[in-house]
Amino acid sequence: MSRLPPRLGTGAAALAVLGALALVPTLARRDDVVNFGFVVLLSIALAQSWNIIGGYAGQVNLGHAAFFGTGALVTRALWTAGTNVLAAMLAGAGVAVIFGLLLGIPAFRLRGAYFAIGTLVLAEILRITIGNVFPEISTLPTATIARYRLADRYYLALALAAAATLAVALLARSRAGLGMRAVREDEEAAEASGVGALRLKLTALALSTALAGLAGGLFAYYHISYYPQHPFAPSWTFDALLITYIGGVGTLRGPVLGAIFYTFLKEYLAIRWVDFHLLIFGVLFIAIVLAFPGGLVELTDRLWKLRRQRLENGGAG
Amino acid sequence: MSTLAQQLVLGVLIGGLYGLAAAGLSLVFGVLRVLNVAHGELIMLGGYGAFWLFALLGLDPFLSLLLVVPAALLAGALLYWGLFASVVRFPDETRIKNSLLVSFGLALALHVVAVQLWTADERSITTAYGGVFRVAGLALPRVRLMSLAVALGLIGVVHVLLSRWRWGQAIRAAAEDWQAALLVGIDVRRAYLLAFAIGTALAGAAGTLVSVAYSISPSIGLEWTLKALIVVVLAGLGSMMGTFLAGILLGVAEAASAIVFGGPYREVVGLVVILAILVARPQGLFGRS
Repeated sequence: MSRLPPRLGTGAAALAVLGALALVPTLARRDDVVNFGFVVLLSIALAQSWNIIGGYAGQVNLGHAAFFGTGALVTRALWTAGTNVLAAMLAGAGVAVIFGLLLGIPAFRLRGAYFAIGTLVLAEILRITIGNVFPEISTLPTATIARYRLADRYYLALALAAAATLAVALLARSRAGLGMRAVREDEEAAEASGVGALRLKLTALALSTALAGLAGGLFAYYHISYYPQHPFAPSWTFDALLITYIGGVGTLRGPVLGAIFYTFLKEYLAIRWVDFHLLIFGVLFIAIVLAFPGGLVELTDRLWKLRRQRLENGGAG
Repeated sequence: MSTLAQQLVLGVLIGGLYGLAAAGLSLVFGVLRVLNVAHGELIMLGGYGAFWLFALLGLDPFLSLLLVVPAALLAGALLYWGLFASVVRFPDETRIKNSLLVSFGLALALHVVAVQLWTADERSITTAYGGVFRVAGLALPRVRLMSLAVALGLIGVVHVLLSRWRWGQAIRAAAEDWQAALLVGIDVRRAYLLAFAIGTALAGAAGTLVSVAYSISPSIGLEWTLKALIVVVLAGLGSMMGTFLAGILLGVAEAASAIVFGGPYREVVGLVVILAILVARPQGLFGRS
């Protein structure tokens, strides 16, 4: 059997998956399926964006929701004022990046747990302030609702999830990506061997906040009405972080596997056990973390190895 | 002027509870290097424990501490055996990550349990000896004053335990360098178990005081976890009294910002102050760098 070279094989597989996912709105014809797909794709995009700063650069950013929220706020304001939605999303991402860099310079004075709490505090300051400044619910005008097409949102989410994953794939292979991992493993040693730690951390933050801003813009484009404070809630940060960790932090596949697993499990349990679903979810979550501390990536790697061993044994026997 | 003083005093009173809530978290984080984000849920359960003892047996909430604290101590030991003992086997970097995940699952589960047992309603214990003390034109709610005193007393007890008691010294040694502690013959696992149990007991006590001086509901967990985390970082690790003082500082900062910028911004300025302190002193106010 002839085999494709591995990189080409991965590329072809990725394209096939993308093609299959692109058919979902046409084939499914059910809004709930498309909505579910949207949620998974948005989770992938947001988790990948967190993966860059938290996984590759090793900076546990607990203020990620601030950038998601900023993207949503700016996009919603521009889009409802008549700007093209893609331009509005880019503007939202731009503001999120500027904001990220402004906050990043003081925040990167902090290390480890102190950085985590410092960023959490920053995001909370922003969330409370936004809640005070924009207390009113934001609802789309009736004319826009009449023109609302779910498939548009789905395709945009698919594009963003793919772009975020591609960005992480390219970053992982690049010189900057290597530098980030060096900083993550040992910042002093990286500095000593000539890696500009602060510059790399800011680069990671800029990339991460740009994607988070775009994801926020997508959220603003998708929801008919929500409180402007909502996308700033810490739960967005924690969802992204948990998905990345349970999937496999600092890996390309991790956030994708994590998002699928997390969203499916949560939704399935919610339908099956209405009152107790979070209890079961919590217990299952703990069991998985204790069984596979390296995340789902570790699980799939083990299964893969097992399969290959069995194939080889079969060939010999 | 008097409203200003009044607000600041109320800030000190709630700040004492922030300090107590943070002390347990600080002990667990400092010793086990485990970040327990379900700490707020443990506080919440402590509060419901006291609420149950009050509603079912008519037990005074301050007296019920005598039951809640030992129960929380035991619950902490069980939680350690059941969950966190497997987390501390991991190397240091993955410990924080995995403890965060495990305790997140725990927080979700405990929240559901509390909603099922006590509904989502807000509860609080009203004692017969409520009312206020009046001192120099200031109104001091009696129950909150007693809570502050109890919180300070408990912190003092833990401080003495950690510095005088044999196992307290073992806990501090394990916090300093667990490998070295192991080499000189300290049972690090038992030190971890004790530290986690004491941390949980402090959470239970904090919950009892919150339920009598303020109010509880199944969803207060996250809020108290966040407050406790902020205080832990503000104080830095390694000092019980420092943590208590940092809690009071947070309470006062919140009160001051409510006066200057109005109620809705109560928490914002407090947080800004903390951020400024953190950037100026990344190791925390009372921490050893």
